[in-house]
Amino acid sequence: MTYLAKPKFHHPNLPKNDLGYTHRDYEGTVSTLCAGCGHDSITAAIIQACFELSIEPHRVAKISGIGCSSKTPTYFLGNSHGFNSVHGRMPSVLTGANLANRDLIYLGVSGDGDSASIGFGQFAHALRRGVNMAYIVENNGVYGLTKGQFSATADRGSKSKRGVTNTDNSIDLAAIALQLGASFVARSFSGDKHQLVPIIKAAISHRGAAFIDIISPCVAFNNHAGSTKSFDFVREHNEAVNRLDVISSRMPIEVKYAPGTVEIVEQHDGSTIALRKLDADYDVHDRSAALGFLQHHAAKGQIVTGLLHVEKDSDDLHAHLHTVDAPLNALNEKELCPGQAALDTFNASMR
Amino acid sequence: MPTAKSSASPISRVNDFVVRFANVNGSGSASANEMFARAIMRMGVPVAPRNIFPSNIQGLPTWYEVRVTEASHLGARGGSDLMVAMNPQTFDKDIASIEPGGYLFYDSTKELPASKFRADITVIGMPLTAICNREYTDPRQRQLFKNIIYIGALSALLDMDMTALEKLIGEQYKGKEKLIEPNLKALNIGRDYAILNLQCPIGLRVRKADKVGDRIFIEGNAAAALGAVYGGATVCAWYPITPSSGLADAFTKYCEKLRIDPETKKAKYAIVQAEDELASIGMVIGASWNGARAFTATSGPGISLMQEFIGLAYFAEIPAVIFDVQRAGPSTGMPTRTQQCDIISCAYASHGDTKHVLLFPENPAEAFEFGAIAFDLADRLQTPIFVMLDLDIGMNHHLSRPLVWDDARKFDRGKVMTAEELEAGKDFGRYLDVDGDGIPYRTYPGTHPTKGSFFTRGTSRDRYAKYTEEGAPYVDNMQRLVRKFDTAKDLVPRPLQSNSVNQTKYGVIYFGSTSPAMDEAIHMIESRGHTLDRMRLRAFPFHSSVNSFVADHDFVFVVEQNRDAQLRSLIVNECGIDPVRLVPILHYDGTPITARFIAKAIGDHLDQLKVTPLKVNS
Repeated sequence: MTYLAKPKFHHPNLPKNDLGYTHRDYEGTVSTLCAGCGHDSITAAIIQACFELSIEPHRVAKISGIGCSSKTPTYFLGNSHGFNSVHGRMPSVLTGANLANRDLIYLGVSGDGDSASIGFGQFAHALRRGVNMAYIVENNGVYGLTKGQFSATADRGSKSKRGVTNTDNSIDLAAIALQLGASFVARSFSGDKHQLVPIIKAAISHRGAAFIDIISPCVAFNNHAGSTKSFDFVREHNEAVNRLDVISSRMPIEVKYAPGTVEIVEQHDGSTIALRKLDADYDVHDRSAALGFLQHHAAKGQIVTGLLHVEKDSDDLHAHLHTVDAPLNALNEKELCPGQAALDTFNASMR
Repeated sequence: MPTAKSSASPISRVNDFVVRFANVNGSGSASANEMFARAIMRMGVPVAPRNIFPSNIQGLPTWYEVRVTEASHLGARGGSDLMVAMNPQTFDKDIASIEPGGYLFYDSTKELPASKFRADITVIGMPLTAICNREYTDPRQRQLFKNIIYIGALSALLDMDMTALEKLIGEQYKGKEKLIEPNLKALNIGRDYAILNLQCPIGLRVRKADKVGDRIFIEGNAAAALGAVYGGATVCAWYPITPSSGLADAFTKYCEKLRIDPETKKAKYAIVQAEDELASIGMVIGASWNGARAFTATSGPGISLMQEFIGLAYFAEIPAVIFDVQRAGPSTGMPTRTQQCDIISCAYASHGDTKHVLLFPENPAEAFEFGAIAFDLADRLQTPIFVMLDLDIGMNHHLSRPLVWDDARKFDRGKVMTAEELEAGKDFGRYLDVDGDGIPYRTYPGTHPTKGSFFTRGTSRDRYAKYTEEGAPYVDNMQRLVRKFDTAKDLVPRPLQSNSVNQTKYGVIYFGSTSPAMDEAIHMIESRGHTLDRMRLRAFPFHSSVNSFVADHDFVFVVEQNRDAQLRSLIVNECGIDPVRLVPILHYDGTPITARFIAKAIGDHLDQLKVTPLKVNS
């Protein structure tokens, strides 16, 4: 039940992060999703990523739409404010929240119904504007809460649990995010924690619109033969282009990499991404090549995962709007209200 | 060929008449016509201009009406005493709309048959096209200066002060000085022609007066936008829609002037043109949830699109300010015509049981005041606040009392629990009615590491924001929302009542842009031998004085600008009043309501009552 808090007791020697918090400090309430749901693995990955990044647990705003995926923000970061908004409209609520206070970390959680159908427009425009956020789509290809209808990310030719073949073309949200100018685009798989956790960490550390399409099989309605979003299918067709290690600025780089196999990408917050290339020719900074790569492999039935694209000198909506450094929600009368003197001048000009 | 013929006695009036310009839109006429209105105002004579324009950029008929009114009757009057007929498409209709004994000013370059005119008006022809063709070679210049030339001619015909016009041209082209001289020249071409060839002045005259006082000349959209600046709005998300776009544009303009940090040159505001109205209101709700003051500006179709989000803000109790500049509906309706037709759709916006706070400013000065108050109310009540403007208030220039601000005034940020209070162990329940007024405490995201976080949702929840689908906590919460709405009754601007000196059994309720026409109509009704007590509503939910006002009268007329008597329905519904006691007076053809209309409708009704007195038992 979502209102059931997890017990607070824990092992006295749980490892602590730089801020002295344990893993437990980043948890939420008990999940009410189906046992084995891919989304719960993503929740676990988010908790792990926030713990490893030593984020203050209350300095995140977690915002979602409607659907199974959008329920998950209750299951992590219980000390953060959450907002379960309306179907498909997480991006606008997040954009507004971000405008109000640029100092928090914004985690947008959405699903494929939320972002590829009813909220496709908002998905597009939030990325286009460069809102500073980590936008996660927990993509299972079906409408779970309404019991298994196809979503817009279901591949053409794939079969529903009831045996219906999907005749509509699918939407590749990662490809569209690339086209829209998102400055960080990744795809991962809920069943691959080693790939997923660093990608989430990198997305959170990124300044600008960071988008992650996470294939997250629905055990209840989309994990059968004929589905292209099942655990088995994704494992068999996963084409990872790279592996990441995110190293915070506080941590010394200890990992030793073989020369020539790793690219170091500096992040805005001072952390670095060490990118271990699995495909030697794949260039994460070449947006159009990435788009071609995705389409080429999709045509072969492969699911390309990894960090697909990152812009080196990205900026965000606040930079575009040239807003003050202080959060707008912290400004008071003195800073905002011009007073009677300015009105006198104004009145005089209107006669 | 100038002609002059008349069979009715020509109207002879000073500082009390209506000039109506009939133009083709996109021809640059609006700015010339506005200058004409301003010049009269500068002569100390109050004016009430109204722009009646099409939903189009170029080529369709447009009218600009200037009511010259020393008595400060600022509502629309109807009819025209002087028609400046510059649009062949509407020529016949325009002539038909002239008052008996009125005047027609037209371009006489092409001779028109006598059958085109009326015998009871004075016809003044001036070969404007011929003059422009002679004076200018560039077709655009011919077009633009034609407007200035006829203003010059009117200045002579109406005996106006040239210095006011000359000064205005200087002001209008400040920074583009090389345009001043040619405009002055055009003005003089027109004036000189009129003096030499036309009978000047005509029976309508402008005489210098001292009746404008310290009033300002401003559009309601601009005043409301300035109200948002003064009210501390930092986030504006909007989507272009007539007639509200000017509000967002004005907010942008005033922010660029008043809200740039002097040291860093950075903006103390964020304005986003959203992808649609759903996104606009979503951003407003996101920003308000996160503790900023945020608003959107829209019109009826936008309100329709925002319904789901408005319900969320109501139920999850998130502040939001929505300026609804109403236009004639339903559907796309008449996008450039005025109405008060979103009363019901805003008052009960969204599915399920909802009720919202509406404010009804009567003019730009109140649009400014309510525009600022709306943010205090939104924070205090943690709910959407609608500022109900309309096209007439929003897009027309109104002579309005100057805008005033109390520098000692503080923003009312409502009940926000701080990190210190949480740290001190204060009990935080997001939906807990601590003070008995139905208003709970909230926390801003990121306030405290371990206390005060909660999950905002559109689903049902208990007092501590925990999800529940149980009946009792749901009902408890819905009842508290009713309590909160009751609290709002005493927080919103109160109705203004003005009783007739003579005791009367009849009253009238009105609101918003009907105000100036009502002020004028009341005298006309009195001159027919009737008296009325008046109540101007300024907000919903209705204050208890609305009930007593209705109770104190046998009948109350409810004057509004829509077909279905929406405000009346709201009063009947919310105050539990017998509908027969509220007589609807409805004007909804898209033009601003006039004193003539109100006086006739109410006067006729009261006349009937006098002939056959009703037996009222109560």
